[in-house]
Amino acid sequence: MNQPAPPPSAPGLPVSLAANPKLSSWLKFSSSGQVTVSPGKVEIGQGIVTALAQIAADELDIDLSRVQMIRTSTAVSPNEGVTSGSLSIQQSGRALRHACAEVRQIFLQQAAERLGVGIDTLHIEDGIISGPGNVRTSYWELADEVSLDRNATPGVTPKIATSRTLAGHSAQRIDIPDKVLGRPRFIHDHALAGILHGRVLRPEHARAKLRELNEDGARAVAGLVAIVRDGSFAGVVSETEHGAEAALNALRKGATWSDGELLPDENDLANFLKAQPSESTVIGKKTAAALCAVARTIRRQYTRPYIAHASIAPSCAMARWDGDRVHVWTHSQGVYLLRADLALVLKLPVENITVEHLEGAGCYGHNAADDVALDAVLLAKSAGGRPVRVQWSRQGEMSDAPFGAAMAIEIEADLDARGAIIDWRHSIWSNGHAARPGRAAQPALLAAFELENPFPRMVSTNPPQANGGGGDRNSVPLYDFPSWHIESHRLITMPIRTSALRTLGGQGNVFAIESILDEIAAETGEDPVAFRLRHLRDERAKDVIRAAAVRAGWKPEKQPGIGHGIGFGRYKNTGAYCAAIAEIEGAEEINVRKLTLAVDVGEAINPDGVINQIEGGALQATSWVLKERVRFDRERITSTSWTEYPILRFSEVPDVEVEVIQRPDMDPVGAGEAAHGPVTAAIVNAVFDALGVRVRDLPITRDKIIAAMDLS
Amino acid sequence: MPSVRFRLNGAETEVDADPDRSLLDILRGHLGMSGPHFGCGAGECGACNIIVGDRAISACDTPLWSVADKDVTTIEGLGTSERPHPLQRAFIAEQALQCGYCVSGILMSAAALLRRNPSPTSREVKEALDRNLCRCGSHNRMVRAVLRAAEEMAAG
Repeated sequence: MNQPAPPPSAPGLPVSLAANPKLSSWLKFSSSGQVTVSPGKVEIGQGIVTALAQIAADELDIDLSRVQMIRTSTAVSPNEGVTSGSLSIQQSGRALRHACAEVRQIFLQQAAERLGVGIDTLHIEDGIISGPGNVRTSYWELADEVSLDRNATPGVTPKIATSRTLAGHSAQRIDIPDKVLGRPRFIHDHALAGILHGRVLRPEHARAKLRELNEDGARAVAGLVAIVRDGSFAGVVSETEHGAEAALNALRKGATWSDGELLPDENDLANFLKAQPSESTVIGKKTAAALCAVARTIRRQYTRPYIAHASIAPSCAMARWDGDRVHVWTHSQGVYLLRADLALVLKLPVENITVEHLEGAGCYGHNAADDVALDAVLLAKSAGGRPVRVQWSRQGEMSDAPFGAAMAIEIEADLDARGAIIDWRHSIWSNGHAARPGRAAQPALLAAFELENPFPRMVSTNPPQANGGGGDRNSVPLYDFPSWHIESHRLITMPIRTSALRTLGGQGNVFAIESILDEIAAETGEDPVAFRLRHLRDERAKDVIRAAAVRAGWKPEKQPGIGHGIGFGRYKNTGAYCAAIAEIEGAEEINVRKLTLAVDVGEAINPDGVINQIEGGALQATSWVLKERVRFDRERITSTSWTEYPILRFSEVPDVEVEVIQRPDMDPVGAGEAAHGPVTAAIVNAVFDALGVRVRDLPITRDKIIAAMDLS
Repeated sequence: MPSVRFRLNGAETEVDADPDRSLLDILRGHLGMSGPHFGCGAGECGACNIIVGDRAISACDTPLWSVADKDVTTIEGLGTSERPHPLQRAFIAEQALQCGYCVSGILMSAAALLRRNPSPTSREVKEALDRNLCRCGSHNRMVRAVLRAAEEMAAG
């Protein structure tokens, strides 16, 4: 179905603006010629701050350089929940566009009155408002007499697409110069006066409890300020980072732990997932008018392992107490949500807590950013009002942060005598894909589970289908099958901690759907591109597939050892369309040589930003597919370094080509998660094309290929 | 406490600290620099890469004593806002990063490469950066940026 965007004059406010209607909470003008824009979404390396600045400058008719973007903080910013799900352009972008359109109108009104001319005769250029007879004023001149302390109203019409001069054009990201010049930009580099350094002690074995703690060794370390212990939560505060590390090492030697909890068998994940108690939900059901006779049924199982966020930077936070008030600096994706959880743990009203965002490294979902913030808050209680900075270790980042959930997916396709798919059943077994803070009556933060009076360990849930779902994300086929039944089984035990990783279940489900389709097309001897096009009705879907196919010269002539495969998906079934074609080379080791992608994000605000996100997603997915798997034995996570958790390296990176299909009249949607599913499927399908073996258990390592060869 | 002397971004520097301490810890802790980033502490990711002599090395697993009397260059010494290094200009021109946490280390590996090989091939750039990890998937843009900087430097 081709769903056009609602017309820009549609009544009602964009969702983020309805929740935060006061215009002055979004933007302010200064008499010195600047506009400060204050979004509730945060920069996580995706370039959102630049795209939002483009939208504001465009709508206001000012130069991009006049826009100053304010860091998100619970003290000043609109509450836009969490920066996730590829929704920032949709939510913040639309709210800001609407707010700026209304503010522009308010200024024009004021200018018309002051200049004594009709509002329709006025024109704005870089903030200068001019009219007939050379009369002029400006935003800057009017800034003090126009109050934006009023609520946004529905019915404002933003500019039409063709009148925009910045949105739709590639602008250089405003955060990049600092980053290439080595200027302090990250939370890790943020200097606070009088800062102390903290480190937290965590058990090696999963969920072991701290029985005894001999503090003598740590007390002897120079610079020690405090040793903090509350149940199984323990940590040190020191004058220096080096001292904190040394004290932590000493404290570790003095710690006696209980046994941990049993972890699953990492080599039997599918059976583990299927055997656990779970909550079952029917995600989608479609019934055919008349059922044809089933000639045969194809049944396949696909699995993906736990995947680490594996940010290049270990998570970091700072906190400073002042009486019963605390200020927190964090790279969390949701400052208000983190504040809500901190309030639960600290038993304080939210007004006592200020949470301010500072950039971290890319997080790719819910990593330890929120956990380390609570660590800092707890340690800072013993710092006498001085700020405490806590940074996790690499080992901690790779073992104590939540992981993307492992998934087992079973698809059964009934075919009629002519090979047409007449019924489709898709079942998912997985832990929930979301345990973010701020959304439940109990906190989701690691230290909260370790206190003397602990909060129960949160078991991950799945967002509702209306928000794109979790383990079930992208499980409802986009293809025109006559009937289907989609079911999700969410585990209610959680021996390995999971939460949101890019795409949630989308990557796993697209991998499964696009793999079995390829298997069916191969069996019936139909070209996989033609097969997909034949089963799709949505022209935007067909367009990305056709564009990728043309660009990749589908299908290149068969050469020994080389394979080509296609994958397609529309993220969350409502977001960006993406088709990927992979060219791989290999036998027992797979080398992805080239990825060709086509993407449709509606209106691309910053086309180069979209390409950057798609390229990045494509390469990250390649890394997931070829290399990534959280390793563990029955007692502990063992993949705690880059050696044990390898990711794609420069020498292994394929060429990536991206074509953006611009649709300026369609609502913009995010690009950050569109490529993962399609690229995963494209690589797996290309491996089949090259080797004739089907890998249904990720990642595609040498062992998995040999195992698949043995099976076939 | 013994002191160790070295040249840091061209300036004579003396540090009073245990010579076995990690150079990264000294740069970020004692000397208050923010360019070299901590990523793993084990020389596995390259986020803290610096140039010692003419080679890019990871500062986190380099002891302070080993740079005595040597030239140490960090990202802060590569270029300035007013006079950015061609690599820095090229990374901006190519928008060659997403989160950028790995970039200061990658620029140092690239700078060391261009010192010993002013006109590398794409393959040679990838080899030179192979010990640097990037999690956002900006690798191809970074390779293009290094090649662009090399061309610019060759053109003078």
